[in-house]
Amino acid sequence: MAWRIWQGRRIPLAWLMLTRQPVRLAVALAGIAFAGILMFMQLGFRDGLFDASVTIHRQFDADLVLMSPRTMSSIGMASFPRRRLVQTMADPAVRGITPVNWSLLLWRNPDTRINRSILTLGFEPGDPLFLDPALARQAEALTQRGRVLFDERSRPEFGSIADQFRTGEVVETEVAGKRVRVAGLLNLGPSFGADGNMITSRETFLDLAPTSPPGSIELGLIRLVPAADSEIVAQRLQRLLPPDVTVFTKAGFEEFEKTYWRTSTAIGFIFTLGAAMGFIVGCVIVYQILSSDVSDHLPEYATLMAMGYPLPSLLRVVGREGLLLAVLGYLPAYAAGLGLYALVRSGTNLPVYMNTDRALVVLVMILVMCLASSALAMRRLADADPAEIF
Amino acid sequence: MGIVVQGLCHSYGKGAMTRQVLQDVNLQIDRGEVVLLTGPSGCGKTTLLTLVGALRQVQHGSVRVLGQELAGAGRASRQRLRRRIGMIFQGHNLLRCLSAEQNVQMGADLLPGLGYRARRDLAREWLRAVGLGDHLAKLPHDLSGGQKQRVAIARALAAEPQLLLADEPTAALDSRSGRDVVELLRGLAREQGCAVLMVTHDPRILDVGDRLVRMEDGRLVRSVAEAVG
Repeated sequence: MAWRIWQGRRIPLAWLMLTRQPVRLAVALAGIAFAGILMFMQLGFRDGLFDASVTIHRQFDADLVLMSPRTMSSIGMASFPRRRLVQTMADPAVRGITPVNWSLLLWRNPDTRINRSILTLGFEPGDPLFLDPALARQAEALTQRGRVLFDERSRPEFGSIADQFRTGEVVETEVAGKRVRVAGLLNLGPSFGADGNMITSRETFLDLAPTSPPGSIELGLIRLVPAADSEIVAQRLQRLLPPDVTVFTKAGFEEFEKTYWRTSTAIGFIFTLGAAMGFIVGCVIVYQILSSDVSDHLPEYATLMAMGYPLPSLLRVVGREGLLLAVLGYLPAYAAGLGLYALVRSGTNLPVYMNTDRALVVLVMILVMCLASSALAMRRLADADPAEIF
Repeated sequence: MGIVVQGLCHSYGKGAMTRQVLQDVNLQIDRGEVVLLTGPSGCGKTTLLTLVGALRQVQHGSVRVLGQELAGAGRASRQRLRRRIGMIFQGHNLLRCLSAEQNVQMGADLLPGLGYRARRDLAREWLRAVGLGDHLAKLPHDLSGGQKQRVAIARALAAEPQLLLADEPTAALDSRSGRDVVELLRGLAREQGCAVLMVTHDPRILDVGDRLVRMEDGRLVRSVAEAVG
């Protein structure tokens, strides 16, 4: 079978038509690659921004979480009674819990004395909080009042805290008007709603935020026994508990936050529109290239028709040109996408990575772009009248 | 039987704009016969050629080419018939992006049931037959006018046609290479037992054909049955 296809092969007309005009080919590929890069960047930014909104959420050591039904996002966490979290311990699938206080407080930059909002988490220093064991090693330091752990990946507007701390200086500043001392550094990363993060003990948290009632928390982490199915347990707990709390799986918790940013901001729309612009620009470029290619070769196509080549076989040549352009243009776009993502990561701390889904989406968009353009360019072939060439 | 044309009329345009191009044309060409068609420009020679070449729909009269009636024949059956007709154009009409060998192979590719290698070897043989064995890989751009026209002849013959139509094949050539090309064409066509209808203005090659047919104002005025050469 393979031998017969090999034997039946023809002169690769589409390939030769493209490659014997290297300048035009280069322009076409540059255009397609540009459109591809535009789509990669826009979609990458969009997904990166949504992923960045759950930088903190991902790191919690939890299978399920409790939140107040009044909570809409991480920038406005409502509180609920702490005993709701304790109640979940009645379920045999629950292995452990961690009550967490969560608030945005004002951090004074010790260098410039400008206040800036920082995400503050308060927990009982012995409890598991993050998956990363680095916190557990430093949690001991928080048992002293007025000590905080500062996220060294917080934006530089909070001051050069990490540098000062590493040189061995005592770094002190004010949070919500009260004196705190940096007892250690963490590596968390800024998220969408918070430019910086700090962790402290529950006791210190209540000092810093005296309005928050002692018996209430903003987030409850629940860890399950290994065999438990988190979906099923979540439903069971939701039925058990009064309606003043909502149970999420960890994935649901992340999705809830992402959905907030997706639906209540224009980010998704803006970047999707950007990607669509790339698609349209690409369509115009490819159509221009292919239709002028067909026009230039019209006498040659007409000659082939006069020789007895059927019209569909010539339409396939144009189709193959589109396909070749798509594949040849995608490769540089993919390579440039990888490079630019690395650039974005180092420049903005945004978690933008090439993933298979996006790589496929852009590939499909480029294929559609090129094949649609070649389908439009094919209409010009209908003008090729073999009777006119004599 | 190669071509039998009976009572062929053809006109362009509609209504008051109608212009009669061919009027009651009768012509017969046998296999292996080389017929030259001459006449002033605009007299309908090319129209006759396109009708016989199955490139145009027949309006009135009958055109039988290689045993097939073209009056009323559809687009698809005309396209199939064209595979058996070799055509050589005024301009060489080679594909610019293909080498001489690949251009000729575009003709050989029309032959059914031959493997790629067989078709390529066929293309090389034909190029050698027209004396271009040393120029296989050259692009049309790098060939002289006469060489290009030879490639076009090789391409037309590579499809093993039973009928060969040529429209002023020497128009772009100087007299010497024009004569060479036409004689080559006649020799190869005779070897293949293929009928040839050639439109020409060139007085220097009028003696090449078996027969000379003259056309004026859409009519064949004289059929000279003189065997030359």
